[in-house]
Amino acid sequence: MYKYDQYDHQLLKERIAQYRGQTQRYLDGELSEEEFLPLRLQNGLYIQRLAPMLRVAVPYGLYSSAQMRKLAHIARHYDKGYAHVSTRQNFQFNWPRLEDVPDILQELSEVGMHAIQTSGNCIRNTTTDEYAGVAVDEIEDPRPWCELVRQWSTFHPEFALLPRKFKIAFCASDQDRAAFLFHDIGVELIHNDEGHTRFNIFVGGGLGRTPIIGQLIKPGLHWQHLITYLEAILRVYNQLGRRDNKYKARIKILVKAMKPENFAARVEQEWQHIKDNESTLTEDAVDAVKKFFIESQYQSLDDSACNRELASYRIEEKHFGAWLDKNVRPHKQAGYAIVTLALKPTGIAPGDVTDVQMDSIADLADKYSGGLLRNTHKQNIVLADVKKTDLLALWKECVALNLATPNLGYLSDTICCPGGDYCALANAKSIPIAEAIQRRFSDLDYLYDLGPIDLNISGCMNACGHHHVGHIGILGVDKKGREFYQVSLGGEMGRDASIGKILGPSFSQKEIPEIIEKLLDTYVALRHPEESFVDTYRRVGIAPFKENVYVKAG
Amino acid sequence: MSKLVKDQQLVNDQWQLVEKDSTIDLDSIADSDFLLLPLGKWLSSADDFSQKKNIGVWLDSDEAPEPLAGFCKSIPLIAINFPVFSDGRGYSYARTLREHYHYEGELRAIGDILRDQMHFYQRCGFSSFAIRDDRDSSSAIEGLNDFSVSYQAAYDTPTPLFRRR
Repeated sequence: MYKYDQYDHQLLKERIAQYRGQTQRYLDGELSEEEFLPLRLQNGLYIQRLAPMLRVAVPYGLYSSAQMRKLAHIARHYDKGYAHVSTRQNFQFNWPRLEDVPDILQELSEVGMHAIQTSGNCIRNTTTDEYAGVAVDEIEDPRPWCELVRQWSTFHPEFALLPRKFKIAFCASDQDRAAFLFHDIGVELIHNDEGHTRFNIFVGGGLGRTPIIGQLIKPGLHWQHLITYLEAILRVYNQLGRRDNKYKARIKILVKAMKPENFAARVEQEWQHIKDNESTLTEDAVDAVKKFFIESQYQSLDDSACNRELASYRIEEKHFGAWLDKNVRPHKQAGYAIVTLALKPTGIAPGDVTDVQMDSIADLADKYSGGLLRNTHKQNIVLADVKKTDLLALWKECVALNLATPNLGYLSDTICCPGGDYCALANAKSIPIAEAIQRRFSDLDYLYDLGPIDLNISGCMNACGHHHVGHIGILGVDKKGREFYQVSLGGEMGRDASIGKILGPSFSQKEIPEIIEKLLDTYVALRHPEESFVDTYRRVGIAPFKENVYVKAG
Repeated sequence: MSKLVKDQQLVNDQWQLVEKDSTIDLDSIADSDFLLLPLGKWLSSADDFSQKKNIGVWLDSDEAPEPLAGFCKSIPLIAINFPVFSDGRGYSYARTLREHYHYEGELRAIGDILRDQMHFYQRCGFSSFAIRDDRDSSSAIEGLNDFSVSYQAAYDTPTPLFRRR
């Protein structure tokens, strides 16, 4: 992974001094609430329902065991003993004291971490595939490019106070695992006919109140122009994006209003001024960053021997077999596998992890996966470089840590925002909904029979739980002070992206598990052999689902 | 505009800002008056005003600098207003003036100018800062030096760190 040098460390040191001063001036009454707000937000500090929430940046989701131990330490000493993995691959702490945040930043900086631009109207953490560098369907490792974007966007002086938040994601594989079409900028890495790296640049995707799929405005951008082209997009957005209404301030609204082709022309015009300036990437600069992401420690293993061994363990341990099928993915290197530690056991808020688990996960990373970890946008944690010969031992340790629920990609692997239990913006709770559904559908064999289903839950229109792109989406709404839930169907986050359609009038919290059951029954009754939930939905449309839920309920 | 910061220090300011709704008679400006005109008024006699050493122009946050493109060689002072510090359009206007139109005169940040944005203003090409009246200007000057390292290129450092590492 990327290693800080003296420049990165110096910047963090100066940042902590700056933020300590800002906090002090706020506590002394020199800075008003209104003035401190964007300052603390740019540092990932929200004031929530019960306490502040601090979001720590994990650039493109990749971090080390040493960083995980530090996060565990912070959870223990400054929080209530747990942390939360967010859908943008970051960590969140729910109970820090505002006064303690400068000290927390000091601790984080010791392991090269921070909370810079994890919130506020600025460029946020650049995200990508949780399997980057090891996926079998990858064109090229996107992380060096993400790192170059991280550096460019960190404390960018021109884009510190944009009309609204700004999120960039990279996709570099056949299957999209970064939801790049739902980002302000989605960068798709491709190789041209000569095998050279190029980027397709999509803009104006997003969820929230107005879900929109990103539009391609620049196909085949030469890699050396990545930074100047991004800068041109941001410069146009910074000047033309709406600032009069925060619900219409995202770039997606601007692109839609101008029409993508006109927006593209405006960016092109701006870009002609800055194209080929010194921000143009050089081979040396890119190679220097690429070196950080080359995994050289692979041993040469006999893949078929490994597989034979695993096949025999399967017979002895049925549960191991299920875990192997569901939570382990193929790796580009023979004899290796990608393992996902499941943070969605029933009864635990999706994405939550305790300090004890965090320390243990750090140990697992050291023991089995080169000391590195990744957070996923589905709120799980990945060990990316596990030898197949270690899988059985790793599984046993995961079982003991309650990290082995074999449900990756199934109904109970729910994406869920913190919701009304924590978040000051939420209209309704989301965690109890996830739990009620997990309890109702706890029979794994039934879930496996249903096949992969993305169930996404958001507590409000801000859509942090990505409900628009869930095959089944649930949105918390407020109706005259009472919490209700709207259900949508047919969303999809990948390359064949679609936005879910609202089923109809909303339901009470109590009704939701039964409604989900009716939807699943409808699917089971209508599906063709081997047809997934979303494919059945796309074939038959929303009507039969609607009928089953409302007519029979009425 | 009593608290003007320039070259890292507090200086006296001879310029007087003319509001958009002022009824000033533009035909009778004395040579001894140093006036900062709103863009609309300035544009009414752009060819004439742009040649005067005592007439500057200020842009509001919704006024992009394009109309000034042809005059940037001779204008002595351009100011950009930040009605609230969180309206960041002026940063892009500043870079456009400096880097596209090659404006080399004084570029002033006016309005809700606070310590915590000083570093950003400076990097985007502002050379003077009218600190908000109720704020301490020495603290604002410190804000200019919050950071000694930057990753990306901007007006103050056209070479990004990746070419200097």
